[in-house]
Amino acid sequence: MQRKSVGNILLLLLTLCVACMWAFPLYWAAVTSMKPEQEVISKTTFIPDVFNFSAYYFALFETNLATWYVNSLVTSITVTVVVILISVMCAYALSQIVFAGRRLLYGIILASFMVPSQALVVSQFVLMYRFGLINSWGGIILPQLIVPVVVIVYKQFFDSVPKELREAAKLDGCGDFQILFRLYLPLNWGITTALAIITYIMAWNAFLWPFLVTNSEEMMTVTVGITQVDDAFGVKYARDMAVAILAAMPVALAYLLFQKRVTQALMLSSGIKG
Amino acid sequence: MTSERRSKTLTAVLMITPFVITYLTVFAYPVYKMFALSFTNAPLIGEGEWVGFDNYLKLLNQKLFLTSVWNTGYFVVLTVIPNTLIGLGLALMVVRLRGWLQSLILVLFFLPYILPVSVVTQIWEWVLDQQFGIAQNVIEFFTGRRISVFRDPLWAMPMVALVTIWWTNGFNLLLFIAGLRNIPADYYEAAMLDGATRWQCFKRITWPLIWPVTALVLTLQLILQLKIFDQVYLMTEGGPFNSTYVLLQLVYREAFRLNHGGIGSAVAVFLFLIIVTVSVLQYQLLRVRGR
Repeated sequence: MQRKSVGNILLLLLTLCVACMWAFPLYWAAVTSMKPEQEVISKTTFIPDVFNFSAYYFALFETNLATWYVNSLVTSITVTVVVILISVMCAYALSQIVFAGRRLLYGIILASFMVPSQALVVSQFVLMYRFGLINSWGGIILPQLIVPVVVIVYKQFFDSVPKELREAAKLDGCGDFQILFRLYLPLNWGITTALAIITYIMAWNAFLWPFLVTNSEEMMTVTVGITQVDDAFGVKYARDMAVAILAAMPVALAYLLFQKRVTQALMLSSGIKG
Repeated sequence: MTSERRSKTLTAVLMITPFVITYLTVFAYPVYKMFALSFTNAPLIGEGEWVGFDNYLKLLNQKLFLTSVWNTGYFVVLTVIPNTLIGLGLALMVVRLRGWLQSLILVLFFLPYILPVSVVTQIWEWVLDQQFGIAQNVIEFFTGRRISVFRDPLWAMPMVALVTIWWTNGFNLLLFIAGLRNIPADYYEAAMLDGATRWQCFKRITWPLIWPVTALVLTLQLILQLKIFDQVYLMTEGGPFNSTYVLLQLVYREAFRLNHGGIGSAVAVFLFLIIVTVSVLQYQLLRVRGR
């Protein structure tokens, strides 16, 4: 037993070491952002000599970060709301209503799961150009609205709601829209939160599409915009790190507040029941 | 009865319409258009003429295309298996912990995964900066000099792979932890009673029982890493000397930089077909396992 517990302690120490190393770049970014530029390049200090927030001041007031924030918030919240709404309705119909072509539609949605959206950027760009949506919120939002996995997960959850519930509601004179929004959606509120948060994080983090569809700095999202900062101002690492941290804040907070939900959503979308 | 059936169909149509219209417009049509464009000499915006398989033949003779295929493959080799094994290794460590300590350690490992790619690349460009980057101390210790890793053809791709592993490993870790928790504890207790060592436990119990998750992670990784673009573009822009040029970047270059919508689409079709093939194989694999 003695040998075992020594082994356990060693393993624990090893785990802690690896975890600290893994998280070190994040710590280093945070520390760097709170140093004056002079200290950043003159010596290696793990805790700043003086805490200095001029990099944050710069990031907030002398870059377009505020504009990018607005663009990111508007586009990723719209994407989230629309994705959830159109997917939940589609999934409810697929799960609860018998209609011609239902199996075909579900088959197509399942198959779409495999299509890499990155391969579609050229033709999507041509389409958005036709619509006159280059450099606009609409152009950023539209191609992100189809997330097949949200429909698939919702359908699976609706399939497992007892049929009697819907029949009882029908007898009380409820229509399907009422049943969906008053009964099925509240019943599956947990999964809705999970899917909404992960959709929001994915939309906030999207890089390739927003990068292609915006070229004026005023229309960029945070994820694309922050890559412009060093181009415009030369390399200043405290500033870069402050910008990076501010850019990551909305998703980092969403994750830290809703850890369980994020985990659940990721498990579900990869086919493991969480 | 018929009127009830009609109203049912009407409700269904009303409910699926928003999704279906969006789907047809921004998803199905672009898939069709990608194939259609790949057989024309169209610029990015505007009409082109039908040229048959010309674009594909041109690609086969284009050195940059072959380089991109090679580099994408190289990147996949550098990331897929290592990222899977590291995920399993970390999961084995984390799953032994209990309570708040486990939650804390899990957050530390998982946090990078939810960061935007440009935040990840900015952080690592600072950490690896040739003059002031803190990781240069490690590099100097092993090689005796400071290396501008993203400007060195030998170092660039492995470093992009390293950053990618750091960024995406949290997801693998989660899947493995879920898988490990599904292995009944009695198996280990029984093995311990029979005097099995840790290594024997891993080899005879953990590895075979976790294999389905390992297979899942491997294929998900393969699909994900084939689509590499963002990190490469942000850290090396495909350089130095095209040593990190990848397929999706060639799509970007042909279509958006050189205004060759047709050739760009042909590269996209190529990537599309590879990924769909891998996905279909994965689906079959999962179905076989499900039986």
